[in-house]
Formats: sequence, C-alpha cells, structure tokens
Amino acid sequence: MTALAGAASESLAALAAQLVSGSIRIVDLTQTLAPEFPQIVLPPEFGQCWPFRIEEISHYDERGSAWYWNNFSCGEHTGTHFDAPIHWVSGRDLPNNATDSLPVQNLIGAACVVDCSAEAHADPDFLLTAEHLRRWEARHGRIPARSWLLMRTDWSKRTDPVAYQNFDETGQHTPGPSTDAVRFLVEERDVVGFGSEAIGTDAGQGYHLKPPYPCHYYMHGAGRYGLQCLTNLDLLPPTGAVIFCAPLKIKNGSGSPIRALALVPG
Amino acid sequence: MIPPLKRPRRKNPILRTRQPLLPPWMRSRAALGLTAAAALGRFELQVCAACGTVQYPPREACHRCLAGALRWREQPGLGELISTTTVHHSHDLFFRERVPWNLGLVRLDVGPTVVAHLHGGCGPAPSRVRIGARLDKSGQGVLLAFPLDEVANMADDRQLREMTCDPKFRKVLVTDGKTAVGQALVRALIAAGADLVWVGHAEPWKKFAGLAELAALPQVTLLPLDLTDSRSVKQLAAEVGGKVDILINTAELHRAHGIASRSGVEVARAEMDVNYFGLLRLAQEFGPVMRARGADGQSSATAWVNLLSIYALSNFPPHGTFSASKAAALSLAQCLRAEMRPGGVRVINVFPGPIDDEWNQMLPPPKLGAQALAKAVVGALQDGIEDIYPGDVAQEWRARFEESPKTLEREVSV
Repeated sequence: MTALAGAASESLAALAAQLVSGSIRIVDLTQTLAPEFPQIVLPPEFGQCWPFRIEEISHYDERGSAWYWNNFSCGEHTGTHFDAPIHWVSGRDLPNNATDSLPVQNLIGAACVVDCSAEAHADPDFLLTAEHLRRWEARHGRIPARSWLLMRTDWSKRTDPVAYQNFDETGQHTPGPSTDAVRFLVEERDVVGFGSEAIGTDAGQGYHLKPPYPCHYYMHGAGRYGLQCLTNLDLLPPTGAVIFCAPLKIKNGSGSPIRALALVPG
Repeated sequence: MIPPLKRPRRKNPILRTRQPLLPPWMRSRAALGLTAAAALGRFELQVCAACGTVQYPPREACHRCLAGALRWREQPGLGELISTTTVHHSHDLFFRERVPWNLGLVRLDVGPTVVAHLHGGCGPAPSRVRIGARLDKSGQGVLLAFPLDEVANMADDRQLREMTCDPKFRKVLVTDGKTAVGQALVRALIAAGADLVWVGHAEPWKKFAGLAELAALPQVTLLPLDLTDSRSVKQLAAEVGGKVDILINTAELHRAHGIASRSGVEVARAEMDVNYFGLLRLAQEFGPVMRARGADGQSSATAWVNLLSIYALSNFPPHGTFSASKAAALSLAQCLRAEMRPGGVRVINVFPGPIDDEWNQMLPPPKLGAQALAKAVVGALQDGIEDIYPGDVAQEWRARFEESPKTLEREVSV
C-alpha cells in the first residue's frame, strides 16, 4: 500500500468514525416527493414534465395480503433533482453527458454556499451576479475548482406551492444567477455545478436573459451539472460541507430525482 | 296546488339513513324503446309502419293489423285524463314508502289510453293533460301526466321529483372551476337554487381569470382537487363525499392533435389521465357513498354528470387523441351508470360540440358558449335526462351518427 493510499484509508476510517460519533452530521437537502409538490410549468402547447404521482399496489389487503407497496411516476426533473449536461441543447454533443455515462467522481464534492436569502426576500427576481460572488470570496476565500456552488435563498421555506411557484401574468418570479455569474463560475472558477432552492437553476424570468436560461446554457454547455429544489441550505456552512447528489442511472437520462445529502462538521 | 319545496331540515344523525329502493324495473326488450326515448327527454310510442296505428303498451306486433314493423315515433302527448286513482297501500317496497301515490288513465288524442303517474298540478278528471316520458329511479322510462299550463311550483311536485335531479337545495361538487364552462356551471347551479357548490381546482399556482370572483360567492367553497392524483381525489371524497348530492365532472384535458401531428404519447396520456382515469378515480371514491345516499331524504344524492364530447361518438381526427379519451370516458360512464343504478343515482352524459375555448380556436363557428352549455346541463338535471347533445354541431353529429355511424366516420375524416 502506498503512503497516499494509506492516508486515504485513514481518512475514510476517520470519516466513518466521525459519522458514527456525530462529529460529522448529515443534512438532508431533499424535498419530499409528494403529489402536491409543484413541478416545472411550461406553456401548455409544449410537452410537460410529470408531477410526482403514486398509486397503491397493495396495502395488506386483497391485492397483496402481507405487503404494502406503490407504483410511482414522475419526470426526470421532478422534485429535488439533478440536471445532466445532455439536458440542454448546448450540452447535447459532449462526451459522458447523461445520467448513466457521467463520471461518478463528480457526484460527491465540496460545496460553497452563498447566502442570498435577504436579497431574495426583498426581490423574488433577484439575480446573483459575479460581483456578489467576488464579495463572497473576499470573506470566505476563493471558490475551489471542482466544487459546487449552492445559492441559498431560503426559497424552500415557501411551503405554500403558490408562493413557491410565484406566478403572475408575466410568468414565474424566482431568484437565480445572472449570465455573468454563471460564466464566472464556469470559466474562471471551474465549478462542477450550480445548485438552487427554486424550481430551476435559472431565475423564473431567466427566459428573458441573454442567452435565455444562462445557467442551463453555460453550465451544461461546459459539461457541468445542476441541482434544483434543494432545501436546508441554511443549515450548511459557507464552506466546508461535502455534498452527495447521485442521479439514478437512467440510460441516456437527462436528469433524475435525487436524495441530496450534505456532510457538515457536527 | 303544489306546495313550494322547503329547505330541508338538518339530518337527524341518530337515525339510520334510508336505503335506496327502486320502483319495478323489469321491462321487455320492446318496452325499452320507451326508456331509450325518455333518456333523451322524448315521449315516443310505437307506430305501425303498415296501418299507422299508435301502440300502447309497447309490443312486438300491431294490435290492429298484426304487422311486425313498429317504429318508435315522438308523440305530442296531448290527451284527456279520464280517471284518477290514489294508491294508499302497496306491497312494492319502493311505493310502500311513498304512498299516497297518484295515478291516472289518459286517453291520448292519437288513440291509445295510457297509465300515467299524475303530476299534482293536473285537475280532476275529466281534464286535458299532456303526457311526458321521464326516467324513474330505476332508470326506466315511465309516463307522467302534466297539466297543460304551467302551475306554480311545477318542479316541486313530490312525484315528479322522484324522476328528476333538481339542484334546488342540493349540494353540488363541480370538479374543475378553472374553466369558463366550470364557472358558468357554478353560477347556473346557484341560480337554480343549489344550496352550496364545492368547486375543485388543481395546480393552485396556475391562476385563471374568474376563480377569485367565483370564490367570493357565498354558496361557493374552493377545494383542491386534481383528478390525476389518486390521493387528492381520495382526500376530497373523505372530506365531503358523504354530502355530495350532485357531482359534475367538468375537468378535462384537451389538446388538438391527431396521431401524426404530435410525436410520442405524452399528450395522449395526459388526456387519458384526466379524461378517463380521472373519471375512474372519482367514481371509485365518490360513487359508493353517493349510491348509498340515493334515498337520503329530500336532498338525496341524485345525479352524476360527465362532461364528455360529441367526439366520443365518432373520432374527430384533428382532435383524435382527445376523441379517443372521451370515447374511453363514455364507455366507463356506461359502467358507472350500471353501478349507480341500484342507488337510484342518475348518470347524465353531456356530449357538447366544440366549446368556444382556446383549444377549439382553429375550428369555425358554430361553437358552444360556456353559458349555453351550463344551461343545458342544469336543464338536464331538472328534467332528469340521461344524455344531452348541446349545440348545433352536437345535434347534427348525433343525428348523422344515428342514421349511419360509418357515413359520419367518413365525412368527418376528410
């Protein structure tokens, strides 16, 4: 065993021990998959993402006497979910761009959490800019390469689906990143992905940015990932958390609901 | 003198709910012609193709010339009430609970003398009356003698009300209040005297015009209901199912596609999920409790209304997958009708032509307005009609379908 491998083994053993002792805690970043949780809305003439639906197979009854189980249905982009690069047209021709082919090494990584809760509270259309990110770095240090950038807005605390979706006649009003923030993260910081508490990684009015839906366009175009409908980001430190966000291994899948977890110092 | 219907007193919760019974329902195959016409609100008798004699009761051969060709033909129904009988005692369980019951013999101007239930507004014999056909609680066609002229509180007649589904003082669930049709229906029901109207609405984050105004009406309560979500349907049935007297399923998903104009099955599946499986979910959750309340006092459970489409009869290829989902719903509605019959709860199928909404934008007029459709539905409840075809297009399609389904199929597929 090399010295490096030996050190890694010790790290893993220490991790396991600290999980047991509670000095490393696990925070669940996942919304519950339930029929009433809203799904993304597109104009009705487009194809639609299925909401989460569940049908009982049996419940210790005449349909199955000793067992309870359900069939469920949903879209790849229902609930707390992962976006693979193939999801967007800009990432369509990249290698290893789908849920079954992407490198699993990317699915566990450090997370930087940028607190935009006050700004999002004041303005549902708040856009996180590169300037915000630079200010964050001045306090918490440079965003490490191959880490995740998670945008905390406390949007997940809007438990009423109407407030969570926040539609008016001009569409949805939810916070997200600006074009320059996305380009800064991809081109200058080499993040592995971007995570949001709202229903999309892009802002509700992201269609009107240049390009439309810049987070999808640049992140996926560069082979990076997206996480949506995250919750409990307020329980994470600005730096130091490690997140797990593996999608289901769907053949050529564009994404998948996930159980997103974070390891944080206890 | 018909006493006006009064708001029923609250139910005494310590008394057993009266179980539904049906009036005698056995009929010969020939006699079912009377039912088939009554289901459409028409009074028809057989007329001999050879000698023109009007027949009653229904039979296999002409009672005058013995010719076998008897045709069901609509009758004006005018005649003379020649005698009346009040039944004070009956061994039939249904009528035993409803005596005294008034019957009359009416000599029709077209010939035969018929036995008819007697509306309370009819004068003593002899007097002129008009015979109409109605469906009774068993869903079979029966004859009812009406006074020639409108009398006060006509619809409130006790015997007539056993054959109709009047929304007056009843509690109604309209499953989707977000559409113009749903909203027009709620208003029409309130105008017809409905006691309260529960209005379902799915995906509350999608705001639609008119819903807030509807919710402001004192009779209206908005409730979340999504027919694609079994738990949502079950939840609502648990909350209000035991009080629903009339259920009107207005929820539908309509997209204008045939097979080739849309790749994949997602749109067709969504249509089936609302239009077919939605009805199935509703029927499983609300059907049993409504069936059990078919004789629950003055405001018993009485009707279930399905908003289908004239395209349920024959596929309209430009809206082909929608047509298929409505055909599936029609088939299921027939099953529901059979299953609701023991409770005396009528299943009313509505077959509108194209409704004047955004999904029929590309179709030329005539298109059916929401208010006209609502009026037709309330009328069907008040008259106890089983199948209605509101609007010019629906009337035309139905007539052509009756004449030749194959011809209709070919002429709409160009």
